[in-house]
Amino acid sequence: MEAGLSTKLFVKGNEAVAMASVEAGCRYYFGYPITPQSDIPEYLSRELPRLGGEFIQAESEIGAINMLLGASATGVRCMTSSSGPGISLKQEGISYMAGSELPGVIVDIMRQGPGLGGIDASQADYWQATRGGGHGGYRIIVLAPASVQEMYDLTMLAFDLSDIYRIPAMVLADSVIGQMKESLVANPRPVATLPAKDWAVRGRGEGQLQQVVKSLKLGDGEMEAHHWKMHARYQELADAECRWEELQTDDATLIVTAFGSVARIARTAVAMARAEGMQVGLLRPITLFPFPSKAYADLSTRCKRFLDIELSTGQMVDDVRLSVARDTEVDFYGRPPGAGSLPTPEELFEQIAKNYRR
Amino acid sequence: MKQVFSRPESLKDIQTHFCPGCHHGSVHRLAAEAMDEFGVRGETIGVASVGCSVFLYGYFDVDVIEAPHGRAPAVATGAKRARPDRIVFSYQGDGDLAAIGTAEIIHAANRGEDITVIFVNNTTYGMTGGQMAPTTMVGQKTSTSPYGRDHSKDGYPIRMAELLAQLEGVGFSARVAVNSPKNVMQAKKLMKTAFRYQVEKKGFAFIEVLAACPTNWGMNPLAANQRVGDEMVPYFPLGVYRNTANL
Repeated sequence: MEAGLSTKLFVKGNEAVAMASVEAGCRYYFGYPITPQSDIPEYLSRELPRLGGEFIQAESEIGAINMLLGASATGVRCMTSSSGPGISLKQEGISYMAGSELPGVIVDIMRQGPGLGGIDASQADYWQATRGGGHGGYRIIVLAPASVQEMYDLTMLAFDLSDIYRIPAMVLADSVIGQMKESLVANPRPVATLPAKDWAVRGRGEGQLQQVVKSLKLGDGEMEAHHWKMHARYQELADAECRWEELQTDDATLIVTAFGSVARIARTAVAMARAEGMQVGLLRPITLFPFPSKAYADLSTRCKRFLDIELSTGQMVDDVRLSVARDTEVDFYGRPPGAGSLPTPEELFEQIAKNYRR
Repeated sequence: MKQVFSRPESLKDIQTHFCPGCHHGSVHRLAAEAMDEFGVRGETIGVASVGCSVFLYGYFDVDVIEAPHGRAPAVATGAKRARPDRIVFSYQGDGDLAAIGTAEIIHAANRGEDITVIFVNNTTYGMTGGQMAPTTMVGQKTSTSPYGRDHSKDGYPIRMAELLAQLEGVGFSARVAVNSPKNVMQAKKLMKTAFRYQVEKKGFAFIEVLAACPTNWGMNPLAANQRVGDEMVPYFPLGVYRNTANL
């Protein structure tokens, strides 16, 4: 294949994630089959052995996340992926990784739940992803791609952010983004200044200090200090790493906000509203943690009407309401996940028109 | 005067938190001696489990990763695959390895991961205060089997060394005890074999050590030591159950 920016590929979102992980230098993948993400382990089971890496199909999602913990502790880039039921099982390990300040990338291709649910698209794991998910009080970095190109770009970004901040990073998409095919420009890994992993466990070697990767903190005040340290790091992350996309927000009197797959449908609906002469814009958060609160705060000093749209009964809307100016009205339109619940652009246009004219 | 006995280099010069008569100290020493003898202290990664063994980073002078409860074989798998030139061992108790971590140990063994697993079987959950373990003897009273383990409800104690020896991926599986000088000598020999498997890249090695827990057994150290030989060894026979490379 000819390299170069003009080279366009036609691939699935899940394949783009797998390709990006390889480009990002990840050579260790641990996973377990679950729809709708199995293209990722399938791709990497083929590619990683050729590259001198390791692919393990673990005995369970619990096994996989703990293999990730062990590999990450030695300082290598590594990844796992799953969907709802499997992500629930991984929460134990994610909590331990957070407590041990271990980087690592976790891809969550959301499906409907609770329980076994089904394999249709869902955004109902927003809370699970952005509130930490496991025990103890912690946050992880959460990136929400809305296209195959972003599946690729944000997966590479996830590795960098995770290494820089020593916080696990999640790529949060759903079966729409994971399973659809789009054109992709497989850009080379961006240059990033990454800190040395001088904390890694590699066998101490003669004359070196013992390294320990652990989450047990029994010393007087030790755990309290850890929580405040991480609290400050989350703030640092919020100050430096928030990412979002704005579309026609300059003169908007109603701003539609949505992430991931729903943001794509909302984009079409916003264009339909504009064609009707309505001053409507779109605000799409790309980082869900850190949540781009400042973008909402700034826009809401001028625009006083927001419409949040999600594939759930309303989860991100909490963060939207916490972010906007007090006198801003935030309305919500949701379709809980499930077969047949993906809204059409016309349906969202109707909601926009209803809110706009109200 | 010639020094004939000293602390292994792979152990720190520090007092442990273990109770009087606990066998963890002896097992730590045997593992450290094996590391010393192969000269691998500087290239070893230990994986600590949850239980009394969690503090091994405080006692072994090697790099350590702390694993969630039962997950040490999966953590060790990740570390070893990422750093195949390192010696990776896990050190786990019976609740950790034979109850909550059953899936992880069986599949790490079945994949034939090139790691060494040290399994301390003292028939109880030590750290949490002496609850019933998967290895608790039938009739044994614990804080959660106050009428004694009833096999009709609680099942029978699991013999892990024999169970794992059935798996094709396992190179070495043995059970030892440290309740007498003779048994300690044999345990030292087989502990070294369990590390030799990894040094010579001969496959997954498992060594189960029968151990006393005087505090949770409600016994003095001597009586607890006596119980290992009298009650545990007849049900958990000592021996080598698999040794594919004849090391």
